[in-house]
Amino acid sequence: MANIWRIAGRNLFRYKRRTLLTLSLVVIGIMFVTIFIAVTGSFKSMMIGQITDSSLGHLQIHRQGYLAAIDTLPLTMNFKPQAVKKMEKALQEIPEIEAYSPRIKFGGMFSNFTETTNIRLNGVDPEKELRTVPLLPTRITEGAKTIQKGEILVPELFARGMKVKVGDTVVIIATNRDGSVNGKQLKVGGILESVTGPGGRDGYLHMEDAVEILRMEEMEISEVAIRVKDFSQLNQVFNQLNASLGQEKNMMGKPLFDVSTWEKLSPFYNIARMIDMMTLFIKLMLVAIVLISIMNVMMMAVYERIREIGTIAAMGTMPGKILSMFILEGLFMGLAGAVIGGILSGAVIYVANMAKITFDFGRQTGLILSATINPLDLITVSGIVIVVSILASFQPALKAARMDPIQALGHV
Amino acid sequence: MELVIAQDLTKTYGTGDAAVPALKGLSFSVEKGAFVSFIGPSGSGKTTLLNLIGCLDKPSGGRLAVAGIEISGFGPRDGARFRGKHIGFIFQSFNLIPVLTAFENVEYPLVMVQDVPASTRRERIAALLDSVGMLDQQKKFPDQLSGGQKQRVAIARALVTHPELVLADEPTANLDRDTAQTIIRLMKKMREDLQTTFIFSTHDTRIIDQAERIYRIEDGRLNSNGNQGGTSHG
Repeated sequence: MANIWRIAGRNLFRYKRRTLLTLSLVVIGIMFVTIFIAVTGSFKSMMIGQITDSSLGHLQIHRQGYLAAIDTLPLTMNFKPQAVKKMEKALQEIPEIEAYSPRIKFGGMFSNFTETTNIRLNGVDPEKELRTVPLLPTRITEGAKTIQKGEILVPELFARGMKVKVGDTVVIIATNRDGSVNGKQLKVGGILESVTGPGGRDGYLHMEDAVEILRMEEMEISEVAIRVKDFSQLNQVFNQLNASLGQEKNMMGKPLFDVSTWEKLSPFYNIARMIDMMTLFIKLMLVAIVLISIMNVMMMAVYERIREIGTIAAMGTMPGKILSMFILEGLFMGLAGAVIGGILSGAVIYVANMAKITFDFGRQTGLILSATINPLDLITVSGIVIVVSILASFQPALKAARMDPIQALGHV
Repeated sequence: MELVIAQDLTKTYGTGDAAVPALKGLSFSVEKGAFVSFIGPSGSGKTTLLNLIGCLDKPSGGRLAVAGIEISGFGPRDGARFRGKHIGFIFQSFNLIPVLTAFENVEYPLVMVQDVPASTRRERIAALLDSVGMLDQQKKFPDQLSGGQKQRVAIARALVTHPELVLADEPTANLDRDTAQTIIRLMKKMREDLQTTFIFSTHDTRIIDQAERIYRIEDGRLNSNGNQGGTSHG
């Protein structure tokens, strides 16, 4: 086998310029794809991280049907304490879950004593919430980086519109589940930067304040946000939760819990999918580049070596070995392209990271590009190139293997 | 003992009105260890006959046996297997593989055709290259060798698998007179050393006398039934 490799390698270097040109096409193709994957992947994971870690969480659990009615934040679709206990038990049984945070979501009126407007609020347990969405404090642009009892975190644009600042007293009025109205004075504890996605422009207050405003006799929960230890285990946790909570039925015999990943909850998922689609098309372009360039060079190689093929066939070389010789040449080029392309891509990504390139996303500015290539992606791209190289060589190799030795020997 | 037996051998190219008979009922035999030449003008059927004996082509009729095996019904795979085991080839244009050194060219059939272990290969190739006077040139590539040197390497390559029969189609056509004589003498020496049968085709009158038995082909027919050549079988 080593001899066949040696012959294949030497054959490729018969026409150095042509081989190098083809190889450079393959290398450029690989670099283009891997750098694209690294940059878009970095952008995607950064955005997903921003969205999930600053407001959404990786997963959420709601009562079945709550998401369809989420615009009205219906208190009637909250979980009762008994259901919350079942949920917490299921969550605690899954070691892959790092943290979870129950939330009371409700709509109310926000008054600064001169103006009143409506506001969407999240009542949270500060400790649990900060463990579940650890980037929440980074969104607090003014005030203490936590949520104190008796205080409210007001969204930035909202605060500007209502002309309130940290330390001001405001009143939150909300309609309770039984239809009565209640209000409570709260101090503005911080100003909160908005983020993309659902809940990205909601205010925050302490859960006990929410219970008091809504006059809940027992704590009812609208949703539970969940953070997993390793983001790659998201689907595994999702399936485990569905398996453990899916059996719980309501009085109508329908499923009680609705487990959702961030993908279902955030519109950014569509952008992420678009990025994936673009990556797929770029990969297809790579396939086309490798296929055309290697097939072209291999067809030329067979055409130029017809007499030689006749000679080795006359000596008794079996057609299968002739086939493998030519396929190895294509494979050689694919392998060399994959290795060189992989190394150069790594170098370019390293340099790009050292250069600390910044970009803006929505209202977030100065985000530093942190391009990384997943080894699995690199293996996939290299694998595509190698497989396509073999496929591209196959037809010319088959032509060589099936060549009539007499005609080949007589070729001028 | 007869190594090659042909009985009423025919070969026709094309069919119907376009049929062109290349060989018209040849019958002959070649003894083991013989040094035989088929001579005749261009287009007489010499190369066609060598192609049939070398399993590169199938006869249209008649019987053909080489090394005791009936080969007229062989398909491409059987033919390749048979060639790899029993036959060596020497070509007019040497046909060395340009990316391989002289040593590697001789090594090629052992690696690609016969799967001979490396330790055995090295010894066998060195001995053969020494026999053909090319041991000191073994690391050179074909484009660094003269025509005569290339043909010496080609002879070593043809013999390295220890074939029973070596077929040489116009082996001296691309060589000058002196080199041609040297090559033919070398082929004879190798025949004597290894007891390999040599059949070569030629229309080169300068070397015909070197053959021990000469068959003349004209228009697809044998016009002489193995006349004694200029030198005797050693």
